[in-house]
Amino acid sequence: MKPLIYLMASASLLLAGCGGDDGTSNGDGDSADPVEINRNPFPSTYTPYPSTTTLIKDATVLDGIGGELVGGDVLLVDGKVSEVAEEIAAPDGATVINANGKWVTPGIIDNHSHLGVYPSPSVSAHGDGNEISGAVTAEVWAEHGIWPQDPGFPRALAGGVTSMQILPGSANLFGGRGVTLKNVPARTMQGMKFPDAPYTLKMACGENPKRVYGYGGGRFPGGAPYSRMGNVAGYRMAWAKAVEYKRKWDKYADEGGDPPTRDLELDTLMGVLNGEILVHMHCYRADEMALIMDMSEEFGYKVASFHHAVESYKIADKLAEYDTCSAMWADWWGFKMEAYDGVRENIPMVHQAGACAIVHSDSDIGIQRLNQEAAKALSDGRRAGIEISKADAWQWLSANPAKSLGVFDQTGSLEAGKDADVVIWSGDPFSVYSQAEQVFIDGALMYERGNDALTPVMDFELGQPGEGDLK
Amino acid sequence: MIRKLLLSTAAMLSLAATAAAQDVAIVNAKVWTGTSAGTLDNATIYISDGVIEGMGVNFAAPSGTQTIDVGGNWVTPGIIAPFSRVGTVEVGAEDSTNDTSAGGSPFSVALRAADGFNPAATPVAVTRIEGVTRIAVAPSNGASMIAGQGFLADTSGSPGSISNERAFVYINLGEGGADLAGGSRPAAWSALRGAFADARGYPARFMAHNEGDALTRADAQAFGPAVRGQQLMLVSAHRASDLRLVIDLKAENPNLDVAIVGADEGWMVADELAAANIPVIVDPFSNLPASFSQLGATSRNAERLIEAGVPTAFAHLGNSGHQSRLVLQSAGNAVANGVSFDDAMAAMTVVPAAIFDMDGVGSIERGNRADIVVWDGDPLEVSSAPSSIFINGEPQSLTSRQTKLRDRYLNLDESEKPLAYKR
Repeated sequence: MKPLIYLMASASLLLAGCGGDDGTSNGDGDSADPVEINRNPFPSTYTPYPSTTTLIKDATVLDGIGGELVGGDVLLVDGKVSEVAEEIAAPDGATVINANGKWVTPGIIDNHSHLGVYPSPSVSAHGDGNEISGAVTAEVWAEHGIWPQDPGFPRALAGGVTSMQILPGSANLFGGRGVTLKNVPARTMQGMKFPDAPYTLKMACGENPKRVYGYGGGRFPGGAPYSRMGNVAGYRMAWAKAVEYKRKWDKYADEGGDPPTRDLELDTLMGVLNGEILVHMHCYRADEMALIMDMSEEFGYKVASFHHAVESYKIADKLAEYDTCSAMWADWWGFKMEAYDGVRENIPMVHQAGACAIVHSDSDIGIQRLNQEAAKALSDGRRAGIEISKADAWQWLSANPAKSLGVFDQTGSLEAGKDADVVIWSGDPFSVYSQAEQVFIDGALMYERGNDALTPVMDFELGQPGEGDLK
Repeated sequence: MIRKLLLSTAAMLSLAATAAAQDVAIVNAKVWTGTSAGTLDNATIYISDGVIEGMGVNFAAPSGTQTIDVGGNWVTPGIIAPFSRVGTVEVGAEDSTNDTSAGGSPFSVALRAADGFNPAATPVAVTRIEGVTRIAVAPSNGASMIAGQGFLADTSGSPGSISNERAFVYINLGEGGADLAGGSRPAAWSALRGAFADARGYPARFMAHNEGDALTRADAQAFGPAVRGQQLMLVSAHRASDLRLVIDLKAENPNLDVAIVGADEGWMVADELAAANIPVIVDPFSNLPASFSQLGATSRNAERLIEAGVPTAFAHLGNSGHQSRLVLQSAGNAVANGVSFDDAMAAMTVVPAAIFDMDGVGSIERGNRADIVVWDGDPLEVSSAPSSIFINGEPQSLTSRQTKLRDRYLNLDESEKPLAYKR
């Protein structure tokens, strides 16, 4: 017997469960009132700030999906991109910005940040990004460790970053859930949370898990994995459990009866298997990425993006065939063995092979100038004979990260109807001398360089040296 | 000691050997000279015997000299990375390859980073091909707030590339130093005062007591030149109050040759630093309150220090074993944040050359060593790269292990043979 109500909810899995049930029991066991897991217990409270109709005139516009318009206009209405064209007449009451000589792009989206979970100052009390108590901690959520007062957020905003994924660290095989935020200051994490963005799951390959666990110096936490063999065994055992867990819930949905015992770790993994949660996997070496792709097919999920991916250039063809993204630095290398084979042309080489390339930061400094990282990669690629236009390269900074986070239908390009997450740059953003002058999020001007009234200052910096100083 | 002296002599001889490079004239160059001549368009630089024999707009090299026409492109002095670990670590996380620090050593000042330098280490070429021709390499703090002695080298990768193996003593007087000294700033400053006394009392106090207050016998001996002002003392600190203590130290010991690395709150004491003539090496990227010692960190630090007259050099302080090359990007960002192009260039050439007393380095003028970089664009632009590099007049290779990896994988076709056969 199929409870009809549950079947409907199951068909639209992103809907929150009703009633705030904890999922372990429906109280009286009445099969007419089936247990349902609340998939959104910490819902976004973000709503766009007030905006005016804004017409940006006469700029060099990169639309984020490969188009470039010289001397173009961009119209923002009701928090959305309304139009991008050579000449747009100003609607009544519109704020008109003369952007002659300036460049306009979609806001940068960093799909690998630890802002909030490893905030400034990096004192011991602030280390909330790695739950190293176990190698598999899919039950923890980065959003529960985010300090919204991190002074890194407004500095990233000044670098043109309008959205970002906050991830748990890479100590664990399964580090926990990541969350996507709008880069809007808020008193709570929920106030920053990107509405309707899917959850993500952080996983990690290679050196970190085996160093933290197996080679924890005989101290806490100790135990498996000790090797890359142990890493893969650890993933597979967890996925095997998740398959079984999902089977129980599917059976319950189909047949009713006693609901399965709730397990937060397996909830997350089941979410991946159900296609609701996107896997983001820290993986440096090419050979390991190839193993992970096979493993994902073994268990029936897909890796949305490999992160760091220092050796993606070695298997760019295979990554293209599997159709996943690589989130990369322009030039980080050498800090550990799996980063030893870094090359400056990694990003353009991945792009050239037809695979999805992303510039990411993993750094509270790097996130402030991701446009420069793209510029380095672009020019190094060109010197190696890989011709990519600036318009195409901007996909690395907005469209591709948005796709990897499952929010490309809402942001990541200047297409009509998208969120008006827009940056006006003082000049060509591929130049070291250019800076973000104005940053719009959902059409609201949230940052303006040199304007104290539009420069957020976090609580931590109030009353401290340099409060509100030019950063 | 004797072995070291011999090594030094060998290094000098090697420098002399490289001076046999072929004469060459770089013509049609836009030269940032680093001198009062400023930037010259359409200039010629004549390199002979490893040195700049002549340069200028109306200068002509002797007829028959091999000529490189750079088509109006930028030519600058070789870039100096003034706070680096390049060549002393191959892979950061692999201790067996990492000679930057020595947490288990009983020594401090006596530790010489130069003993760990491998000119063939891959980061040397990786750094060089970005236009960095000289590096000041500091040891990292292991067991002691006094990390040891840093050295100067070029990035040619040749065996004789160290030019001064005891160029400076590196001391951490910030949070890290406090921690290593026992847990507080008072502990660090007590240790430093004790170290000064040990060095000044060397060798007498070691004959009487056989140990110093803060240093071993070898360390006290090694600290002597710095304490007497004959060797640079490079101090790491950020907090304004820490910087004032360093200024006070110099006031009490006017002969000291002190420079500060870090100095995120330097702008707050810029006038005092300028008055004390204490140079700083700052990272223009550093704008976060990363610690309670850096609450005043701002992108405008460099601009304000320079405006106050503080001799200011730039460094990229993150992953200093591999990414010192990013000093150029950091300088470009400094310009975006208020520093003039000339001051930013000087912060990577003339200023560090003066801080480290590098003879004949840092500017393009007659008689200087021919450390020269030809660029394919504005040297501070992230899109620019060197097209030719000379160190001591020797043309340098523009390949590295990274470029070889790139070339192997540019085409992934394995239909005939695995890529492992491709070189």
